[in-house]
Amino acid sequence: MEQSIYRSHILICGGTGCVSSGCKEVRSSLEDELARHDLEDEIKVLETGCHGFCEKGPLIIVYPESVFYCELKPENMEKLVEEHILKGKIVEEFLYQEPVTNESVRSYKDIDFYKKQERNALANCGHIDPEEIEEYIATGGYQAIGKALTEMTPQEVIDEVKDSGLRGRGGGGFPAGLKWQFASEAEGDKKYVICNADEGDPGAFMDRSLLEGDPHRIIEGMVIAAYAIGADEGYVYVRAEYPLAIKRLRIAIEEAEEYGLLGDNLFGTDFNFDLHIKEGAGAFVCGEETALMASIEGKRGMPRPRPPFPAQKGLWGKPSNINNVETYANVPDVIQDGAETYKQVGTEGSTGTKVFALTGKINNTGLAEVPMGITMREIIYDIGGGINDGKEFKAVQIGGPSGGCLPEDKLDLTIDYDSLLEVGAMMGSGGLVVMDEDTCMVDVSRFFLDFTQSESCGKCTPCRVGTKQMLDILERITTGEGQEGDIELLEELAENIKSTSLCGLGQTAPNPVLSTLRYFRDEYEAHIYEQNCPAGACEELLGAYVIDGEACVGCTACTDACPVDAISGEAKEEHQIDEDACIACGACVEKCPVDAITQ
Amino acid sequence: MDTITVTIDGQQVEVDQQATLLDAANKLDIEIPTLCYHPDLTLHGSCRICVVEDAESGNLLASCATPVTDGMKIKTASDKVITARKMNLELLLSDHPNDCMTCEADGACELQELVYEYGVTEPSFGLMEEQKFEVKNENPFIEFDQNKCILCGKCVRVDNEVQCSGAIDFTERGFQSKVGVPFDQDLGADHSSCVFCGQCVEMCPTGALTYKPAKGLGREYELESVQTTCPYCGVGCQIELKVKDNKIVKVGSVYQEDSPNPIGETCVKGRFAYDFVDHPERLTKPLIKKDGEFEEASWDEALDYVADKLTTITEEDGGEAVAALTSARCTNEENYLLQKFMRGVVGTNSIDHCARL
Ligand SMILES: Cc1cc2nc3c(=O)[nH]c(=O)nc-3n(C[C@H](O)[C@H](O)[C@H](O)COP(=O)(O)O)c2cc1C
Ligand code: SF4
Ligand code: SF4
Ligand code: SF4
Ligand code: SF4
Ligand code: SF4
Ligand code: FES
Ligand code: FES
Repeated sequence: MEQSIYRSHILICGGTGCVSSGCKEVRSSLEDELARHDLEDEIKVLETGCHGFCEKGPLIIVYPESVFYCELKPENMEKLVEEHILKGKIVEEFLYQEPVTNESVRSYKDIDFYKKQERNALANCGHIDPEEIEEYIATGGYQAIGKALTEMTPQEVIDEVKDSGLRGRGGGGFPAGLKWQFASEAEGDKKYVICNADEGDPGAFMDRSLLEGDPHRIIEGMVIAAYAIGADEGYVYVRAEYPLAIKRLRIAIEEAEEYGLLGDNLFGTDFNFDLHIKEGAGAFVCGEETALMASIEGKRGMPRPRPPFPAQKGLWGKPSNINNVETYANVPDVIQDGAETYKQVGTEGSTGTKVFALTGKINNTGLAEVPMGITMREIIYDIGGGINDGKEFKAVQIGGPSGGCLPEDKLDLTIDYDSLLEVGAMMGSGGLVVMDEDTCMVDVSRFFLDFTQSESCGKCTPCRVGTKQMLDILERITTGEGQEGDIELLEELAENIKSTSLCGLGQTAPNPVLSTLRYFRDEYEAHIYEQNCPAGACEELLGAYVIDGEACVGCTACTDACPVDAISGEAKEEHQIDEDACIACGACVEKCPVDAITQ
Repeated sequence: MDTITVTIDGQQVEVDQQATLLDAANKLDIEIPTLCYHPDLTLHGSCRICVVEDAESGNLLASCATPVTDGMKIKTASDKVITARKMNLELLLSDHPNDCMTCEADGACELQELVYEYGVTEPSFGLMEEQKFEVKNENPFIEFDQNKCILCGKCVRVDNEVQCSGAIDFTERGFQSKVGVPFDQDLGADHSSCVFCGQCVEMCPTGALTYKPAKGLGREYELESVQTTCPYCGVGCQIELKVKDNKIVKVGSVYQEDSPNPIGETCVKGRFAYDFVDHPERLTKPLIKKDGEFEEASWDEALDYVADKLTTITEEDGGEAVAALTSARCTNEENYLLQKFMRGVVGTNSIDHCARL
């Protein structure tokens, strides 16, 4: 292969995160530098997909030494080429520094963020050029299709997937093999496989990363599913806000067609499969499977009652199998390595790995693929590097907008589909937002309810109107207008919305409120009964400011700063704030040279 | 076909496999309230008023949307069911104006009826305080007050599935969702494809869609109902005249399987063009022109006159001198007879019909 003639490979991350932090400019500067030193024939620059560590982008890995440089700027390239490439000296200042120890780390494998990860679905992301099918093939890609099509019957494929224990990564955790079995048994002259890449959870970007970094893996997973259920056509439903994912997937589909991995008579068999991309307009509810299919059909993305399930009556009324991107990404390994090997990772009820999108008040944010059964503590402290700015941990919100908030005593919970449900959260798509002591849990619920309310499709009564009522109550609590009975009303509403909504959006929308009421009820009570926000986050509930007379030097800086003239006092003498007039804007605090003003 | 046995409120019933819980309850004459269900429209499942309780799991199920499974035990009036229905009614009310006093739908409104039945006297979330939408009523036929809409989607379905006009559909999301009209205009606006068949009004369970010409002319319960055949064309749609003091107030739909319009379909003429009935210029007797003036005549006189003239003309100038123009308001049989008479008896091929113009 042509790669062997290069002395060194420089992999530059070209994922969406790094594009926005400037990797294109870094790349062109790098190429200029290499050209200036006549190194183009010796050093190959490759653009990869996301490494899941976008916060530290733009990123570069130099092979064969596998040195990891981060937060690069175009002007750094001169030094990088002159030092590392020409002299073979590692440039310390561009290395990653551990947030806790401040040590520089050379290889990305030694970075805490990656050490506890088990990157299987994401194995190729960041390490191959997603626009070159041969790179995927070189990692063993597309062998699983060959194996399935030439050595296994469709039922054997289904049995292997069933046996692997693979569960849907899109939220519900339904066993993939069982779903395939239903679709395979459904009668129909035509069947479809669909890949759900709507990825509507704010903050989640694992599906985007997979499509950008390793699109062939998804295609391979889908082809195997199609063979198993007897489908000859498929759709990937991607939100249009993912232009790079769409572009790479399009290239991948074209390449796969050229290589005879899509189209007619795959591997010389009579199995045919065509794959299309459908761009969605980016509605959260379009991730719900029946709404998604309506959207592919050109209708408004509105869920419909199930049954019939997609396996019986799916796209255009035909039996269809729908899985999430990450679910399909696991399929090639299941087939290639076998269910037994696959099951070695994870827990009994939740096998394999799961990709989480870590965000919030932690040191390392990004995508982390971890074995099921890991504890929340390991994710947050070992991988995430703990809470930033030395603050206290307060809660972790897991499962996206319809997940739950878990408190400190749940940190040692092992994470799998079932354990999360038991404590009032859910796997969801794997969003994980870490919150510190400054976060108000009532405000967090309000935030998520605001999201689900505005993303509700508006079809059914409890979700359309009920979430609005819940939101109104939460708004009134966070602005100090909470009333006796509000908590109970929230609970009644939540119960009703959960039990009578038509689709999963409504059925799970109250979760953030219910879980915060379960673990942080006192905060709600403080807002309502004491007009107090314990986290100090709800502005309307913060009291007036007071001046410490002893400390005040009478400089009059505060008097000038106050927009409502609430401060009085002669120069060089003690000043006072009129409590009733004070609007708690905090302008004076910043101006006081001796920090005499507090709340 | 295979049947399935389910138990509803302690009573067993055998239904076919495709049946829903609602079908099964209906078979037992157990009433379950519905707002969005209609047997002639696709399943929507949006109002969540029809919930019942699965006795085993305690889960609430939308009875219109849940197929029966063997051995299922269902409670249709448990506390849980009543509480849920009540709360969903309260939620609907929180987004609904308090307008029953002057509302056209009063007395025939399914929402009002349920709120009464379930005794929702003090809705937990109040009522709509500020009007959310402007009422659309620029066209002469239909007034659309989106504020009173409960988004049951029956109008959208009948418009798209039965009339196939595509004049209305859901727009916006979340609490702002509504049944929208293109460019948020009136149903009669330039870009609207509404043909004013009125079927959406017929389906509407509330006062959101009402007939403009009937406004203020009488409450539903004051109206007498007369089923008749539409006089306008050969289709012969069945319609229901709603009459007060011997005057037609509005035309309703008849849902009758063996009729030409089983789902209550009509066109704009059948639905709205009834004012000729009491029009002072309506011809109720034959007229014969004498000395340049029309004069009333008896049917015998008029028919003799026509027969006479036809005979004279055909004798003098041949049948070709006669032409006949018939009307779309006659039945097919009448039109057939006339052309047969013209060709066979009078001897002319000059025959035409207003529908061709
Ligand atoms: C409101 C809502 C949003 C959803 N969004 C997504 C999504 O963005 N991606 C996804 O894969 N599944 C989403 N789902 C779950 C899908 O309906 C479906 O269960 C899933 O795609 C099945 O794939 P899996 O079994 O591989 O997880 C959503 C469900 C609901 C109710
Ligand atoms: S639960 Fe919400 S999103 Fe789902 S159908 Fe009802 S209104 Fe639409
Ligand atoms: S639509 Fe029904 S409930 Fe609403 S105001 Fe009219 S009669 Fe009352
Ligand atoms: S009157 Fe007929 S065409 Fe017009 S919106 Fe209603 S159903 Fe559609
Ligand atoms: S206008 Fe009437 S029929 Fe249409 S959705 Fe609203 S309430 Fe239902
Ligand atoms: S005129 Fe219209 S309503 Fe009357 S019979 Fe003909 S189609 Fe039906
Ligand atoms: S885009 Fe570069 S690490 Fe995510
Ligand atoms: S009648 Fe069943 S949901 Fe409306």
